[in-house]
Amino acid sequence: MRLRKLALSAALALAAAATALTTSLAMAQAPVVQFFPSLTGRTGAVAPNAAPFANGFADYMKLVNARGGINGVQTLVEECETAYATDRGVECYERLKGRHGGATVFQPLSTGITFALMPRLAVDRIPMITSGYGRSDTADGAIFPWVFPLLGHYWIAGDVVLQHIANQSGGWANLRGKTIAVVYHDSPFGRELLPIINRRAEMHGFTVLALPVPPPGVEQRAVWLQIRTQRPDFVIMQTWGVMTSTAIRQAIATGFPRDRMFGTWWSGAEPDLRDIGAAARGFSAVMMQHGQARDSEVVRQILAQVHDRGQGTGPRAEVGDVLYMRGVVGAMLAVEGVFRAQERFGRGRHVTGEQARWGYENLNITQARLDALGFAGVLRGPIATSCRNHVGTALMRVHTWNGSGFDWSSDWLQADMNVITRMITASAETFARDNNITRRTEPGC
Amino acid sequence: MFYRENGQFKTNYKSDQQIFAVKQDRIAIIALIAFAFIGVPLLADEYLFRAILVPFLILSLAAIGVNILVGYCGQISLGSGAFMAVGAYMAYNVFMRIEDVPLIVALLSGGFFAMVAGIIFGLPSLRVKGLYLAVATLAAQFFFDWLFVRVRWFTLDSPGGTAAVSDLSVFGWQITTPLDKYLFVLGFVVVFALLAKNLVRGPIGREWMAIRDMDVAASVIGIRPAYAKLSAFAVSSFIIGVAGALWAFIHLGSWEPLSFDINRSFQLLFIVIIGGLGSIMGCFFGAAFIVIMPIALNQLLPWFGSLFGVQISTSMVGHAEFMIFGALIVWFLIKEPHGLAKYWSMARHKLRLWPFPH
Repeated sequence: MRLRKLALSAALALAAAATALTTSLAMAQAPVVQFFPSLTGRTGAVAPNAAPFANGFADYMKLVNARGGINGVQTLVEECETAYATDRGVECYERLKGRHGGATVFQPLSTGITFALMPRLAVDRIPMITSGYGRSDTADGAIFPWVFPLLGHYWIAGDVVLQHIANQSGGWANLRGKTIAVVYHDSPFGRELLPIINRRAEMHGFTVLALPVPPPGVEQRAVWLQIRTQRPDFVIMQTWGVMTSTAIRQAIATGFPRDRMFGTWWSGAEPDLRDIGAAARGFSAVMMQHGQARDSEVVRQILAQVHDRGQGTGPRAEVGDVLYMRGVVGAMLAVEGVFRAQERFGRGRHVTGEQARWGYENLNITQARLDALGFAGVLRGPIATSCRNHVGTALMRVHTWNGSGFDWSSDWLQADMNVITRMITASAETFARDNNITRRTEPGC
Repeated sequence: MFYRENGQFKTNYKSDQQIFAVKQDRIAIIALIAFAFIGVPLLADEYLFRAILVPFLILSLAAIGVNILVGYCGQISLGSGAFMAVGAYMAYNVFMRIEDVPLIVALLSGGFFAMVAGIIFGLPSLRVKGLYLAVATLAAQFFFDWLFVRVRWFTLDSPGGTAAVSDLSVFGWQITTPLDKYLFVLGFVVVFALLAKNLVRGPIGREWMAIRDMDVAASVIGIRPAYAKLSAFAVSSFIIGVAGALWAFIHLGSWEPLSFDINRSFQLLFIVIIGGLGSIMGCFFGAAFIVIMPIALNQLLPWFGSLFGVQISTSMVGHAEFMIFGALIVWFLIKEPHGLAKYWSMARHKLRLWPFPH
């Protein structure tokens, strides 16, 4: 009996050792790939919203490989589950950053993880794309050289939402005396929206009612009863995951009109609204350029070259949804930075994190390039970054839920960069002072 | 064969009562500490330091604190995460607001404020026991969750509400690389573990254990329950506060209140349950188990599935973690209520006789 147990444990140990040896050998002989780690949130309170992002990201990377890679270099995606928890995100980062020749870029999809990783990037020489989340002041690349809030951040979101509300009310002057409630996720992600809302409130004379919701946000009765008693004119929602659908259900229960509710781009997607259906009609959300894009060229290509070949990540029905497209756009930005870096450091060669950082800082994605990639009608170019401007563009539009899908309810809106840039510079300077960071002085910064 | 204890006679009380009375144990512990300080830095790589060793050490320090309260004094506490948060945020405030404060002083002051908080929230223990005390300490957890989010003073009025530290140095030694962080935390853990071990072996430790076993009988023979319980809360919260400050400063670097939420409290409780209630050694076993198991599952489950041709997705691994965790806790509570430390003490007991079992 004891001998059998001994033999069994010895056999298991041998098998483990053999597998470890073969995998390490296999890795030693693997061809050169461009490694894109994917920090996913497939479990936990944000799973319905974060899973489509991860699927879109992986599918676009497979499409790039099907098109021939990045000038011949194949992309490789490895996922690591974070469940939106900061310490797990940090562990995933540490585990993945050195694998497969070094991570090219990280996209943590969580403001909390973003904050935790920011000090490590300069040491590890790996850039981070925080497209549509993270710290808004990282738009100033002279102080944050390794972080890229491409396409937009929350101060742009807040500004555009307020512009849309002002347009609907007939002008900024008509907002004077009104009350705007902000229902937000009680975390750095949620609070990031408040500075721009408060700034605009100072400028135009409306009152802000800030209502935090502790995560995960499945219990919001108190917040919405407060809204019912205080009767704000509009509600802006900076929520994520199940918090959004709970908020909308509570709004229906307390009778707050959905057409006076506006979400940001993380709180206006199908998982939040599909189950509620027609009752949520009129709910709008500001979108970071793209919304649902089922009839776009890139979706057609993904269906044809990835899903039809049985390699789709995730369900086919999800392809083209808002958050799926967010993942596709995130992957596109990551890859375009590598294309740009290859133009300088050698076409068809592997690009290190440091070289990719240069690529992200010198992007110039024209409309023609976007159309060629299949994003006609989805994204509007040019997306042009520089040392001073890590965002690249500030165009947004608002879509509204019609009971079963989304309709665009605004024209292309441009955030007011005068107001925002001043806030970014002030906030970035404070950060630099507190952390002994000197502003970069290269030409162009 | 390993424990040749013949010839080891104790000639005074001091040597009889010392912490490692058997010479082989002394040698083993010194060898272990030497290996930790010298051997591990030579063998481990950056990932091991950052993702496994540093969290393991800090969580075992916090578990020592929780074990003193829950394992030695028998007061159930679900507020450990909150005391870690108090330690972290108060250390942050002392470090940032007061000029030229040495890092170690800042960390210990975080522990001091956590001790004050622990004494205040430990006052219900003088009136309630067991589950009711657990609820009272849960109130501490939620209160501090709310406090550090709502009161901007604690985060120095930063716009995002997060706290971040950089530029840590002790007597000119810059703590930047993972190796530096590992050695710094290891120093703290060794000192605190020694202090805690001596505390629980001394009169105050015996008072705690008396309160745990039969508090009415303890008060009858002259042990003051209030003093014993509150001192347990004080010492425990101090250690947990220092661990929280280390977690924030050294491991995370930049943190938010969610890093110290209810899940952290549960995690610490699971560490002491699995490791062994009432055992300092058990804290280390439990912390090693809790830190390593998710990572091991993450890497092993897909490999294990591929042996059978089954593709296991990352979300499945996340779910499997919860399932296996829960199953293991239930299994431990049934099979070995004294935890992993009991296995170790049984092994040591048998080693002392080997190869002559009887």
